[in-house]
Amino acid sequence: MSADAIVEVAGVGKTYEGRVQALADVSLGFPSGKLSTLLGPSGCGKTTLLKIIGGLIPATTGEVWVKRRKVEGPGPERAFVFQDFALLPWATVLRNVAFGLELRGVPTAEREEIARQQIVEVGLAGFESTYPHQLSGGMRQRVGLARALAVDADIILMDEPFSSVDEQTRRKFQEELLDLLRRKQKTVIFVTHSIEEAAYLSDRIVLLSPRPGTVSKIIQPNIARGQRSPDEIRRDKNYLDAVDEIWQILRRYVA
Amino acid sequence: MTLFGRRIPVGLSLAFWFIVWEVVGRARLSTIVPPVSRVVLAGITILPSEKFMRAAGISLRSFAIGMALALVLGIPVGVLMARVEGIGRVLGTWVNIFVSAPISALVPILMGVIGIGETTVVVTVFLFAVFVIILDTQVGVRNANRSLVEMARSFGARRLQIHTKVLMLSALPEILAGVRLAAIRGVKGVVIGQRLVAIIGVGELFELYSKHFLMEEFWSLVILVFLFAYLMSEAIASLERRVEYYASTR
Ligand SMILES: Nc1ncnc2c1ncn2[C@@H]1O[C@H](COP(=O)(O)OP(=O)(O)OP(=O)(O)O)[C@@H](O)[C@H]1O
Ligand SMILES: [Mg+2]
Repeated sequence: MSADAIVEVAGVGKTYEGRVQALADVSLGFPSGKLSTLLGPSGCGKTTLLKIIGGLIPATTGEVWVKRRKVEGPGPERAFVFQDFALLPWATVLRNVAFGLELRGVPTAEREEIARQQIVEVGLAGFESTYPHQLSGGMRQRVGLARALAVDADIILMDEPFSSVDEQTRRKFQEELLDLLRRKQKTVIFVTHSIEEAAYLSDRIVLLSPRPGTVSKIIQPNIARGQRSPDEIRRDKNYLDAVDEIWQILRRYVA
Repeated sequence: MTLFGRRIPVGLSLAFWFIVWEVVGRARLSTIVPPVSRVVLAGITILPSEKFMRAAGISLRSFAIGMALALVLGIPVGVLMARVEGIGRVLGTWVNIFVSAPISALVPILMGVIGIGETTVVVTVFLFAVFVIILDTQVGVRNANRSLVEMARSFGARRLQIHTKVLMLSALPEILAGVRLAAIRGVKGVVIGQRLVAIIGVGELFELYSKHFLMEEFWSLVILVFLFAYLMSEAIASLERRVEYYASTR
């Protein structure tokens, strides 16, 4: 396992009550400052693994280490972005974005100041006093992202964050996420169903086998992004090779 | 109300029934039904009288204390029942029995235990109100979006924070619906409590008017109490409408 892994998963297995074995002996490290995706067939335990890393559910066997400290529960160095956004319907965008800080007891003026900055960062300036039900799905996920950025965690855990928005919004999001990561030093662990999304975004793709999930293969697309446009990247040989390689493995899992 | 497939405005249908009432009253079909115009006149004379004011004051105080107790106790118990499976199981049956039980039958027993006086009335209001609040709070918390709880946990929420900042606010639509029903039952509780047990407040006036067969005053009091309950329930309902969007987004 690489020395600069900020998150280390060691022999993690998970059996839910009712004896569903979701994960079996998963061991891998997530390098610091990189975007890694977890990709695999439906029900292979991607969400389960992400929640264990997040400290939301305990592993049945094995352990997770974050920054060389054993995970016993959620921690301030990790922040979650949820597939269903998980926004408080009674709270404004501002309060939702500041919610993580509110829970930590940061004084109102200070946390709203930080939240305002993050709202601008995700392109929602002007919507501070709007309520979630007045926003589109894409905008709601921006709020979810801003909330995760506001607590300034080093590690951001995203569970299919773009799966409930339309394709155009999704692509825009992907570009913005890459743009954001160029400016901020974050480690992202990203769950997705989409091969293209994984290949487009990732420094590292972790392919999981069907339930019980184990690490099937790790692919490093090595796409030179630089200043190139999204379309150029999508025509990049390394990008296309990665898509193909993933597909060759995943197609075996599709019954 | 609809008539021949057409919707009749509330004001109009009320006016219709008042006219029927007036006609029946004037025809002197029954001594317990005086014409509505005389009832209204009686109401106008009663309302500013010192006697009514004092009675209303006592009744309002009992009502307010009983309701406050029901809220302060009912909401936490409802939350606990939803969150702690054991408590939910143990108390669930009892709450369900009491929510539909005829509480008025208990009032004479209360009298034996607590004695005669304002306390008995407060306890009666409390018993009339508390069970609906418990039940609706429990339902609201159970319906709360699990992923909001998970979100709060992921950002480091402590147990108490999850309850105060997520679950109780999530359950607000159901809690408000419970409080509205509880308030209506609470009004019933005051009147029944004051009539059956402690002859004080509005209950005493009811007793007085019916004993002396002052039907005009009696009916005007009925209307006043009804109006009070109606306005309160409308006020809470307007709060409910403000949080209506919750349900669609969770
Ligand atoms: N709380 C739970 N109790 C019991 N079984 C569960 C629970 N959560 C998940 N499972 C089961 O564990 C397995 C893995 O679930 P998980 O949600 O981690 O998969 P996933 O890879 O995220 O799937 P998807 O791609 O559909 O999101 C599934 O078979 C699921 O039914
Ligand atoms: Mg999942």
